[in-house]
Amino acid sequence: MIIKKSELNAVLDKLLAGYQVYAPVKEGNYAVFKQIANGGQAYLGYSNSKIPPKGILFPQSEKLYSYSVTAEGARVEEHIDGSKKVVFGIRPCDAKSITLLDFVFNNDKYTDPYYMTRRNNTVLVGLGCNQPAPTCFCTSMQSGPFASEGMDVMLVDIGEGYVAQALTDKGKELLAGLGLPEASADDQKAAEDVKAAAVVSCQVNTEGLKAKLDAGFDDPVWNRIYEKCLGCAACTYLCPTCHCFDIVDDAVDCNGCRVRNWDACMFPLFTLHGSGHNPRPSGKERWRQRVMHKFKYFVDNFNATACVGCGRCIKNCPVNLDIREVLADILGSEARLDK
Amino acid sequence: MQRNPYLPLPMKLVKNFTETSDKLIHTFTLQFLSEEDEKSFPYMPGQFAEVCVFGKGEAPFGIASSPTEPGFLKFSVAKVGVVSTALHLMEEGTIVGVRGPLGNYYPVEQMKGKNIVIIGGGFAFTTLRALATYILDPKHRGDYGNLMVIYGARNPGLLLYKDELAEWEKRSDIDLVCTIDRPVEGWTGRTGFIPAVTKEVSPSSENAVAIVCGPPVMIKFTLPVLEECGFKPEQIIMSLENRMKCGIGMCGRCNVGNKYVCKDGPVFTKAELNQLPNEY
Repeated sequence: MIIKKSELNAVLDKLLAGYQVYAPVKEGNYAVFKQIANGGQAYLGYSNSKIPPKGILFPQSEKLYSYSVTAEGARVEEHIDGSKKVVFGIRPCDAKSITLLDFVFNNDKYTDPYYMTRRNNTVLVGLGCNQPAPTCFCTSMQSGPFASEGMDVMLVDIGEGYVAQALTDKGKELLAGLGLPEASADDQKAAEDVKAAAVVSCQVNTEGLKAKLDAGFDDPVWNRIYEKCLGCAACTYLCPTCHCFDIVDDAVDCNGCRVRNWDACMFPLFTLHGSGHNPRPSGKERWRQRVMHKFKYFVDNFNATACVGCGRCIKNCPVNLDIREVLADILGSEARLDK
Repeated sequence: MQRNPYLPLPMKLVKNFTETSDKLIHTFTLQFLSEEDEKSFPYMPGQFAEVCVFGKGEAPFGIASSPTEPGFLKFSVAKVGVVSTALHLMEEGTIVGVRGPLGNYYPVEQMKGKNIVIIGGGFAFTTLRALATYILDPKHRGDYGNLMVIYGARNPGLLLYKDELAEWEKRSDIDLVCTIDRPVEGWTGRTGFIPAVTKEVSPSSENAVAIVCGPPVMIKFTLPVLEECGFKPEQIIMSLENRMKCGIGMCGRCNVGNKYVCKDGPVFTKAELNQLPNEY
């Protein structure tokens, strides 16, 4: 099927009749995923959003439940969002990141009803990347500019329109409701040409990385990797796969709610015990945790790397710490032990 | 979908008992509001729960009661943070929340037919009390061999569950070895640190498991003693403590290597811990 660019606004308006629609919206020099009120707000000419769209399924701050407590008992009311949503224009790296979050929020023992309810009611309409950014390294992280993992529909920008392909039942249902024309053979050919022309220039060598990390907990490389890190946690807040959170009360006396907020392993208090003991007392242990979690522990547990190569942590680090260089450093660390 | 693991069960605080002479540890007895609530909380010794003080937050505590003691839950809590301080100040009759049971438990099935050595220090004795109580229950006592409990605190006033210790002292089916760090007036029992006392009593490792819980320094010096006694890493069971929040392996703070203390633990054998990085 094909969505002509001249008809995009109308298509989005049609979706708005049945779904909450989230799409990239231009804010200053950036694009940010927001719930839109009309098709005209969507801005698809972006390379990637500054903040990943993970917050649509896992909000930065969300009420888990409200409560009011009396002498006799407690009334607890859970806040589960069952609304139907479409995320329109999500990039392949971010769509893949959601498949990784699925492992976390639906683990071998527990299901998170907040995330999973949203997840099950959300359709991901992905948009392939014709021109990946210089900080993109998705092809090194089992993704790519036209990888479709996690998407229900894939869009390919062929200039005057988007070739749309449904990839799941959810995607088929969504497209079927839009009454779109079929893509012509020329359109299909144009889409294939666009896919073939997309180049991710940056490659990160990951060969042997897992084995290196398996044996590398005490590697001296950790003694220097973290040195210029400020501990600001921008890398984790902007990472589409990071999922750490805290749970706090927002209440007056016994009436209020319990709230979940994003948190980050880069903060010293994150693992501080009540006794004062901290198993990750310095930036060294915290950086090691971040790298190990993404490239070893996640692989051990789910057979997948918790990095999709989106490059946000590189682009937004205030001291230019670059995960690509860190990985190279780890792989070459034996040769650099004297540093 | 299973029930929402974030929602607490309301419980009534029926007893707020000052457990230690320094008043820093209180034991809280919480009662289920209905039989149905109790049924929805099937737990085993070694598990923990998130105790919610509405308006303050929630914090994880090991369950000190045993499932063989129906009708209530017990937690012995040190006053160290916002939630524990609020609990310490709480009047009896107040409603609190409990979320759980969480984590794995002492492998009571695999321990059947074996001699049991429980070693605890300070206020980490809570879930060890649950385990000893479980084994001492008439329904279970026959399933296990000898039961030795080595328990120490800095001074007599800091020992938890003093009434129960006195009862255990009288029983013939438990060998209780209590110790305090150094002699004080009025204490007629043993003195000395746990590792030294363990060495003195030298529990046999034959067909035995040792369950160890206490401050890191106690564990550090007790493990070599157990090894001298012949205990192999798979015969030593420990309960880890880490900062936790969600209790269900999602919030990402309590992991040691690829294991989450909250979901995959807190109970691990020494053999399992040997496979994990020393970051706890």
